[in-house]
Amino acid sequence: MKNILQREIPEELEGIGKLEAFEGAFSKLKKGWMEEKTVPPPNKAKMPHSSKICDTLRDAILKTKPRNGMTVSFHHHLRGGDNLVYEAIKILADLGIKDITLAASSLTTAHDPILPYFKDGTITQVYASGIRGELGKAIAEGVLPKPFVIHSHGGRVRSVHTGKIKIDLAILAASAADEEGNATGAHGPSAFGSMGYAAIDSWYAKQVIVVTDNIVDYPCVPQSITQNYIDYVVKVDSIGDPSKIAGGTTRITKAPMDLQIARLAAQVIEHSGELKEGFSFQVGAGGASLAVAKYIRKIMKQRSIKGSFILGGVTSYGVDMLNEGLFRSIFDVQSFDAAVSSSLLDNQYHIEIPAGLYANPFNCGCMTNKLDIVVLGALEIDTNFNVNVITGSEGYVRGASGGHSDTASGANLTVVVCPSFRGRIPIVKKKVHTIVTPGESIDVLVTERGICVNPQKPELKAHLEAAGIKVKDIAVLAEEVEGITGKAKPIETTERVVGIVEYRDGTVIDVIHQVKE
Amino acid sequence: MLYIPGNNPAMLQQGSVYGADGVLLDLEDAVALNQKDAARILVAHMLKYISYEGCEVTVRVNHIDTPFGLEDLKQIVPLQPNALRLPKVETVDEIKRILELIEQIEDEHNLPHEHMKVHVMIETALGVQNVYDIARYSPRIDAISIGGQDLAADMQLVKANDGVGIDYARKQIVMAAKACKIDVFDTVFVDVENEEGLREEAEYIKKLGFTGKAIINPRQIEVVNEVFTPTELEIRKAAKIVKAFERNKAEGIGVFAVDGKMVDAPVVQRALRVLEMADIDVESL
Repeated sequence: MKNILQREIPEELEGIGKLEAFEGAFSKLKKGWMEEKTVPPPNKAKMPHSSKICDTLRDAILKTKPRNGMTVSFHHHLRGGDNLVYEAIKILADLGIKDITLAASSLTTAHDPILPYFKDGTITQVYASGIRGELGKAIAEGVLPKPFVIHSHGGRVRSVHTGKIKIDLAILAASAADEEGNATGAHGPSAFGSMGYAAIDSWYAKQVIVVTDNIVDYPCVPQSITQNYIDYVVKVDSIGDPSKIAGGTTRITKAPMDLQIARLAAQVIEHSGELKEGFSFQVGAGGASLAVAKYIRKIMKQRSIKGSFILGGVTSYGVDMLNEGLFRSIFDVQSFDAAVSSSLLDNQYHIEIPAGLYANPFNCGCMTNKLDIVVLGALEIDTNFNVNVITGSEGYVRGASGGHSDTASGANLTVVVCPSFRGRIPIVKKKVHTIVTPGESIDVLVTERGICVNPQKPELKAHLEAAGIKVKDIAVLAEEVEGITGKAKPIETTERVVGIVEYRDGTVIDVIHQVKE
Repeated sequence: MLYIPGNNPAMLQQGSVYGADGVLLDLEDAVALNQKDAARILVAHMLKYISYEGCEVTVRVNHIDTPFGLEDLKQIVPLQPNALRLPKVETVDEIKRILELIEQIEDEHNLPHEHMKVHVMIETALGVQNVYDIARYSPRIDAISIGGQDLAADMQLVKANDGVGIDYARKQIVMAAKACKIDVFDTVFVDVENEEGLREEAEYIKKLGFTGKAIINPRQIEVVNEVFTPTELEIRKAAKIVKAFERNKAEGIGVFAVDGKMVDAPVVQRALRVLEMADIDVESL
């Protein structure tokens, strides 16, 4: 079958089941309810004064009675310093457990060491919002027997609620925890900030292990994860590389191209009609996207504008803006640097939120719905504004859906910033390899060679042109880019579908075919 | 005006997207001796194939007395960039000789002599002494610039960062340009990380009368543009003066007051210059 974006979707896939084709960003949401049934969280009981403490992670895992075919989940708040996923999977593999579904909120290059377990049958399926590095290459080449699923941050919560992801064991790292499993990421030697993506796992997993390098006196305060959901607690020497977990401050890029794109994006935002008193704002942590904040900060000061809240993945730059009084509050589902952790701990207007409140479409309103302006990146964007943030120019998985489609669907103004080409590879093109976010959610594209407004937003185009900003037809820009780079050779793939890209409502927006080696 | 090393393909390709008024494709000091031929070939190709839409394109060639200067002219002149920048010009005889060579090449290719302009760089003490005669030698010369690093070296200045040593030269060069009614560009600011230092220098040379400033990194464009672009307040004030002038002119009054300050012809001229820099049509006021 074909979905509304003309992508061919199989009716059914072994390892996943029946698929539902994407029919538009709000086709399911506008009904006002979710058709799929929700599953209940597990029933648990515990005798007073019995201990949850285990001497080793292996002991804790053994107590959960691991079995073949189980689903194990992790969060990705340890960023590039995460070693827990590897440690846990290695223990399971040594115990001879096979056919594991790995349901990590995201996988990064820090997880490259688990690749052997993709190859030996230990892990046979992956659910994640993003996959990078060696893992992304291997799964695109078809290393896993079952198709992987890329979901958005909001979509993951929906999948857990509906039992599409049935977590048997959640192994959750914390930078501080007490003997009962009350846990936080806001303090301790490996402080990493918000634990927003981990909360849903603690509520719904059949069994939950909290792992920390820092046991604190009971009760641990603040509590991102609470004891009533936790089965076991393990103190380990290390949860990963502290320099990468709790590392430094995210700095604004010095790359001239990123800065130029950011400068243009800030001009677009300034004249969009959305930059007004009380506006809410989200930017990514990457190059041009974060750099937009630098210019917005300047404009806000010049025009004495105060925003309402910053949302999402939070950097120290956002914290600086809060401390300067430019925003009233921060709602933090994921912290990107160490400076954010101390703010989360000390500032009552810097509030940790779980992923469901952040972005799950199926509740009474997630916070992405209240966004006025979001600035997002892209690996590719097509002439219908459909965005790819998951597969690279070779067809390998090397990105993350993350909150891209969640925020794009909710924000009043969704700005995509990216260069028009990288190296000799066109970024703005007629057709993207994989669609993650539908063009209907994107309002404007800002590149170094042109600003393109979605034709569905004529009023935005009029605002920009009235301010003297030149707007270019995206098809013209794509042609210009092709004139510079030449036509890229198509990525060679087989007929086999190795992964699907789920839209936030659970429908399939695209599939990923096996890349020919 | 953004300097781009002539042997850097990526930078040459992207040169026009950063918002500079002009790009300076450099075959001279930014290119190592063993890269001179490669840079010349690359720049020649780029001029043919890359669109620098919205940017004035100038090529800085090597000095005619170096082993590369003549070949640079032979390859670049037929491609007729907007302007050719000639380094280390010191005497009238020298500029005469170079212009004759350029015209000879243009004649060989049946090209007019009027299209491509010439920028002269003053980078030695002797050049500073002769700048007025050099600048007025030909109508093709439509800008002069000061090369601060080379001038400081020629003057045997050990510490040149504060610009004190080349201050006289800056003023002399500005005055020569103004006398010839041509543009005048300041030298580069080499400390790319020092944004405040760049801003201070740009504000200073703007006050001296420079038309613009050469830059070596796209990150410097924003600061220089901010300094040289009139502020909203300056534009409002200028518009007020010009409107008052038009009203008074109709009544035959040449000197009048705006906000308690005397306005006469030179003040109106400066206000018109502000509006011109802000790209505002006087008729639209």
